[in-house]
Amino acid sequence: MTRLFDKTFWGLTIGLLALFLLNFVLEEWMRSIGLQSLSRGCVAIGLLILWRTGLVSFGHALFFGFGAYTVAMLQIIGVNDIILLLIGGSATAGLLALVLGFLLRQYRAIFFALLNMAFSMILYGVLAKVEALGSTDGIGINQVSFFGFVPSDEAYRPTLFVFAAIFAYIAAVGSHWYLKSTLGLMTMAVRENEIRVEYLGYSAEKAIHIKYVLSGVLAGMGGVIMALTVGHVDPDSMVYWTVSGDFVFITILAGTGNVGATFIGALVYELLRTYAFEFAPEIWQLILGGSLLLIIMFLPDGLWSLRSEWRNRRALAASRSGDGQAGE
Amino acid sequence: MDFELLLVILVDGLVYSSYLFLVAVGLTVIFGVQKVLNVTHGAFYSFGAYLTAYLIGLWINDAEGGALELLAYSLAVILIGSIFLGVVLGVLIERGLLKFLYTRDEHIVVLATFAGFLVLEDVILLIWGTDPYLAFRPLELMGNSEIAGLIFDNYTFTMIGLSFLVAFVLWYGLNRTQFGKVLLAVIFDREVSMAMGINVTKIFLITFMIGTFLGALGGAYHAPIISVQPGIGVEVIVLAFAVVVIGGMGSIPGALIGAIVVGLSRAAAVHLYPELELFVIYAIMALVLIFRPEGLFAPIQARKI
Repeated sequence: MTRLFDKTFWGLTIGLLALFLLNFVLEEWMRSIGLQSLSRGCVAIGLLILWRTGLVSFGHALFFGFGAYTVAMLQIIGVNDIILLLIGGSATAGLLALVLGFLLRQYRAIFFALLNMAFSMILYGVLAKVEALGSTDGIGINQVSFFGFVPSDEAYRPTLFVFAAIFAYIAAVGSHWYLKSTLGLMTMAVRENEIRVEYLGYSAEKAIHIKYVLSGVLAGMGGVIMALTVGHVDPDSMVYWTVSGDFVFITILAGTGNVGATFIGALVYELLRTYAFEFAPEIWQLILGGSLLLIIMFLPDGLWSLRSEWRNRRALAASRSGDGQAGE
Repeated sequence: MDFELLLVILVDGLVYSSYLFLVAVGLTVIFGVQKVLNVTHGAFYSFGAYLTAYLIGLWINDAEGGALELLAYSLAVILIGSIFLGVVLGVLIERGLLKFLYTRDEHIVVLATFAGFLVLEDVILLIWGTDPYLAFRPLELMGNSEIAGLIFDNYTFTMIGLSFLVAFVLWYGLNRTQFGKVLLAVIFDREVSMAMGINVTKIFLITFMIGTFLGALGGAYHAPIISVQPGIGVEVIVLAFAVVVIGGMGSIPGALIGAIVVGLSRAAAVHLYPELELFVIYAIMALVLIFRPEGLFAPIQARKI
């Protein structure tokens, strides 16, 4: 049995506690960035889980948007508590992933990526036409209660932040444990050689299906958090193919080494976007695209690889100084 | 369903198909040879549209002269502009970006071209600003005709002709010329053709320039029909993906069939069930992927273990 309470677990826990403390001092715009990073981070963890098998989805906005729109639909029928909305959004997205998974688990490489995109664009086409959900204008999301508790207006956003942080924490720790389990590790073998995995007696398709459902649940959860953060859902900013592209961007930016890095990647992405938009509104896409290119060219394993790079350098320096001492 | 409606759907569908084919064929050429799903293609389309709309607005929209003369000038602007863009952008993206990525994971390459697309979209904004451009003159000069009570611009019919011309030239070039044979060898096995003394680097650059030219041509020829404004590339590239996937990635006849299938079904949706318009294309794409994952006309691939 592998250790459950390892470095990553404690790192995430410290991160959560740090967020609780930061919540007291953060200004509202920073909190918004934080909330959006938590939301996109959840989706990116889902993509990381798929990436470990060598699968990339160019259509995870499907589940993200599905989760977000589930919030809108649940509010229409009168459900307004965060936990119900979260469970509802994640579960419907997961259910959709379960159904589509029967099909998608047979696909690999670019076909997997594109079939996902096709499905997300179908949802986009549907949502853009459904009048009851505001078609292309989208629909507003009301303030919610937290386990029955309704905070005052000033306390609403900080409360939302605390809950979003807890949900993201649970998602991250759960995903980390999953990736460390036999089932999670096996899918890395699928990436290397699927046929051999089958010969060892495991079903590669089943393993991929489980991953797909998990990533759907995580993306749905990200969608719920985003819907509550923005207070509005619409097809163009939730389901369009460029949204899926941004998620893949975050995954590459963070690297696939560690679930915790995903949130850092999401935060960097969010800051990049916000500042680029703030200071250079004409060229914010250029800045975003340029940074992505730089990462792909010079940091192929993402920000997380900076850490091992730094470690290597330190080890090298240590061994050098060790040599020096031996010589004295 | 009455005959007139059917005719309208057919004409409308063919016009839309030819538009889709012109956009998608460059994408499929590049995928066929380089195995790169090139998202920057959407920006090539925008570049073609902007350059043409700008130049036609500058020189031709208010110019005086005979209709034929002005149409010839418009055509020259479209062609020369697209060739210019094909060479400049083609070299820039292939030599400046893709060259470094041929050994990388295919998803990374797609994402890199996505990044390139974002960059180029903003370059377009920097050059031409956010105001829409209209290149209406060629459309006006060609007049229109009435089919089954609906008015169609004659210009759109020439697009159908251009599509067939492009398809024929590509087919001829690929199957009846020496360059085409070399290209087929590279498509079939890059390493062996390298060993046989083929300069694969050069072939890649040339095909990428051709693909870029085709993308720009699609935008350039389409410019007089549309209002050229920010965001046209984003929409076009997913449509082109759908067409290419339906036809089979890397197949030119596939792109033609894919464009016709998509064009006709979209026209049918627009006239019969307008609420389906937006997603009918992707529904077909999903259906094709479900039943024929390689697309309708994908070249047969040997299985490698």
